[in-house]
Amino acid sequence: MMTSLMPQLSLRFIPVWRRNLLVWRKIMVPSVLGNFGEPVLYLLAFGYGFGQLVGDLGDLPYMVFLASGIICSSAMYTASFEGMYSAYTRMSEQKTWDGLLGAPLNLDDIVLGEIMWAATKALMSATAILVVAALLGLVSDLRALLALPVILLAGFAFAACAMIVTALSRSYDFFLYYFTLAITPMLLLSGVFFPLDQLPDVIVILAHLLPLVHVVEVIRPLMIGEWPVNVLLHLSVVAAYGLVALSLSTWLLRRRLMC
Amino acid sequence: MDTVALTDDFTTAQTADGPHIARACRLLKRYDGQTVVDHIDLEVRPGECFGLLGPNGAGKTTTLRMMLGLTPPDGGTLHVLGEPIPARAREARVRLGIVPQFDNLDPDFTVRENLTTYAGYFGLKGDARRRRVDELIAFANLGQRENMGIDSLSGGMKRRLTLARALINRPELVVLDEPTTGLDPQARHHIWQCLRGLKQQGTTLILTTHYMEEAERLCDRLAIMDRGRIVAQDSPNALIAEHIDPHVLEINGNAAMRWLDGQTDDLPARAHRVGDMALLYCREAAPVLERLERAGLRYLHRPANLEDVFMKLTGHELRD
Ligand SMILES: Nc1ncnc2c1ncn2[C@@H]1O[C@H](COP(=O)(O)OP(=O)(O)OP(=O)(O)O)[C@@H](O)[C@H]1O
Ligand SMILES: [Mg+2]
Repeated sequence: MMTSLMPQLSLRFIPVWRRNLLVWRKIMVPSVLGNFGEPVLYLLAFGYGFGQLVGDLGDLPYMVFLASGIICSSAMYTASFEGMYSAYTRMSEQKTWDGLLGAPLNLDDIVLGEIMWAATKALMSATAILVVAALLGLVSDLRALLALPVILLAGFAFAACAMIVTALSRSYDFFLYYFTLAITPMLLLSGVFFPLDQLPDVIVILAHLLPLVHVVEVIRPLMIGEWPVNVLLHLSVVAAYGLVALSLSTWLLRRRLMC
Repeated sequence: MDTVALTDDFTTAQTADGPHIARACRLLKRYDGQTVVDHIDLEVRPGECFGLLGPNGAGKTTTLRMMLGLTPPDGGTLHVLGEPIPARAREARVRLGIVPQFDNLDPDFTVRENLTTYAGYFGLKGDARRRRVDELIAFANLGQRENMGIDSLSGGMKRRLTLARALINRPELVVLDEPTTGLDPQARHHIWQCLRGLKQQGTTLILTTHYMEEAERLCDRLAIMDRGRIVAQDSPNALIAEHIDPHVLEINGNAAMRWLDGQTDDLPARAHRVGDMALLYCREAAPVLERLERAGLRYLHRPANLEDVFMKLTGHELRD
């Protein structure tokens, strides 16, 4: 158990996931309101305010472009926040993980449970945005529903990356480095707010080494009524980020906690 | 969740010297090059209450964490409930209960929810789970508080809830790390009563404590640890009989110390001096008493106890 480098994948992550769901249910109302409120604000403020200046991108109204980008960035932010601040609180401040380790659960189950929960929250937030976007007429057809499983995969990948940061962190301040050095650049370079072809080629190539752009390139077509291309390649990059980060974070957390 | 068939031969492993619930052989743990648990041998028998005593930093918690599979040993072998540890620690934890040194109740839940979710981790569901939680709320005497948050509980209530949580799966073995530290006498007595009840049902207990009277009252056998080593392992009475004379005379103050300095080596007692007080250990009290009376000194005469053994074996200087 200790010696294997690979995480042990087991359905035992479900009780951990369910624990977080039960806690979430207690603050469900403000949480769901937040899920809906934030994208509405973003879309209205940015979309109307900015959209007037920008006009259309090709034959795409800026609002439509933006909605399909924000659904991706919001998944990234939601999963990252949950995987860092919330998971760290449960691990370090509340000692919730210590309690879980007294039950017949392995650390691997806990890490996977936390990551799956963060992915679930990303899915909830993306679903809310999808509903808002649909109500505002920014979604073309039912194809948009296919965005949701992609979001779940993206949430998994971003949460797993966040869990690496959590494993290395000694305080909440540490998370700011990750946001400043990884999340924010990724947000700006992945075609969320403006099309990538505005940027120099080198930057575009570099951006494709990061996961967010691949998420956007699958989800944007689905939201505007087109079929994405290179789906398998894009999803493989995202999945690879998730699996490598899951393994690394599990290994780091074992070293940190089971010592 | 896994369900494990419980049969007796699965629970207790037979060895040459009888059945055991837990056994460590030459168990070793190092932190940063420092040996914290130093090749210890331990054996816990079915149905007994086994105590682990030792000054701060002796390695008690580390030993327990290794037994629970929460810390990998650096050497030696370890079996708990017949399972090799850490290889099958999770399987062992299905059948044991843990009261950690520092409470880790879930602050996001109420008293009842803490027990209910914990039962869920063990695979309990539906009616069976509700009945078990009801029983344990009554056991912990927390009926009045079952819907309150953890923050509203006193230290004693938290400890009781932690103990109740450890019993959710009707464990064969309960491991308790300082279960009564920081509790008032009433709360401590309540925990003792709970532990005696568990023992009567045949549950094996392993506990650490800094309270010698607690160890003397509860433990059938105990090990005294110091700097990672086990310096003695036996029943409380046998330890007292083996390591210390039966009578203890306590004296203190300047006059008493001057008197003690004046005694030549014919005093039929072993004197142990700590600052301005001294403990005189002797086989026969009368000759020493007579001298104390003659000198007009105040003294306290009491039977030797586990604390005397503990101090003798681990020394009187402060540890941290
Ligand atoms: N994770 C760790 N990293 C480094 N050193 C550790 C770690 N855990 C424990 N130690 C050290 O190991 C030694 C034994 O600690 P342990 O907690 O087992 O003692 P203890 O007997 O339980 O003490 P106490 O009575 O204070 O609870 C101490 O010197 C402690 O500082
Ligand atoms: Mg300890």
